[in-house]
Amino acid sequence: MNSDHHVILRVVSKMLIPIIMMFAFYTQFHGDFGPGGGFQAGVIVAVAVILYALVAGVPAAMRAVPPAFTRSLAAIGVMIYAGVGYWALFKGGHFLEYQALFNEPPGEHHGQHIGIMLIELGVLCGVSGAMLTIFYAFAGRVAEIRDKDW
Amino acid sequence: MTGVLEGDIGIALVNILLLAVLFVVAISIARLRNLFAIVMLSGIYSLVSATWYVVVDAVDVAFTEAAVGAGMSTVVLLGAMLLTSRTAKPDKKFARLGPLLVVIATGVMLIYATVDLPALGDPNSPVNQGVGLTYMQINWADTGIPNVVTSVLASYRGFDTLGETTVVFLAGLAVALLLGFGERSLAESIKREGKLPGSNGKSASETGKEEDAS
Repeated sequence: MNSDHHVILRVVSKMLIPIIMMFAFYTQFHGDFGPGGGFQAGVIVAVAVILYALVAGVPAAMRAVPPAFTRSLAAIGVMIYAGVGYWALFKGGHFLEYQALFNEPPGEHHGQHIGIMLIELGVLCGVSGAMLTIFYAFAGRVAEIRDKDW
Repeated sequence: MTGVLEGDIGIALVNILLLAVLFVVAISIARLRNLFAIVMLSGIYSLVSATWYVVVDAVDVAFTEAAVGAGMSTVVLLGAMLLTSRTAKPDKKFARLGPLLVVIATGVMLIYATVDLPALGDPNSPVNQGVGLTYMQINWADTGIPNVVTSVLASYRGFDTLGETTVVFLAGLAVALLLGFGERSLAESIKREGKLPGSNGKSASETGKEEDAS
């Protein structure tokens, strides 16, 4: 592997990857109050894994985050989102009507907060899973990017 | 940003500078033939346009552009570039003429259309008069979410967002079905790489034989 002259790259990205993940979750859970939300957070999670794949190699990234996990994650995300819709449906409301999740009167917003948090979680899982699946599909076809290829 | 309306020269200069950088990057992307440089420049294009979205107060759009345009699509384009050649074929001189005419005609029409555009941040523009204003007024009582973008995206337009998530999922599924899920093709290409020294050795022995024959 590229063991000799990528030391700086490896050290810096080792420090950066946890921070990128933290920022993704900040984006996710702060989406109610500022810019951000599930789509952006999902892409940032995917980018953290992709940075690891670029530095440590795709096989190492596939061991850490297996492709079978990413493609199930994408499906699970859509399932969570649609599940919130059906939850409201079973509670007697319309599809995705968050007010009906806990049978609240119009003044209270507990259902709105929980519903939006859950669907944003679904979007996070769906987007990060789909993005990583796409990345693995492309990157899996090249075994090792040698330096002279650039 | 109402700065342009109020004649804020600083904001106007920042706008001009960022748009000039976008222009230069776009021209160089169109003229370059090296795919690696083009991919990197398109990432820079996304980053600069994200900065410009911040200047015009579209922070959510800027965030998405920076994450998706500069981060994700650059990486996917790099991955796609590894599967093909590194330089684009030079096209014929006259093949450029038709596209050039189309681009010039479209540009003239767009510039003509900007005359009718309302000023940036004009409160009387159609965008700020219709349903947007209603959302701003009823949002807090309806949902209790401070960020109107989130409440519109997740609550009022929850169906649309479910559709978008499904589209992203289907895009991932379609790419995986077309290119393979990754692990099997990776195993195959590692095997192929592993065979490479062997095939080299074979070709070396073949050349050795040729030398013997000569």
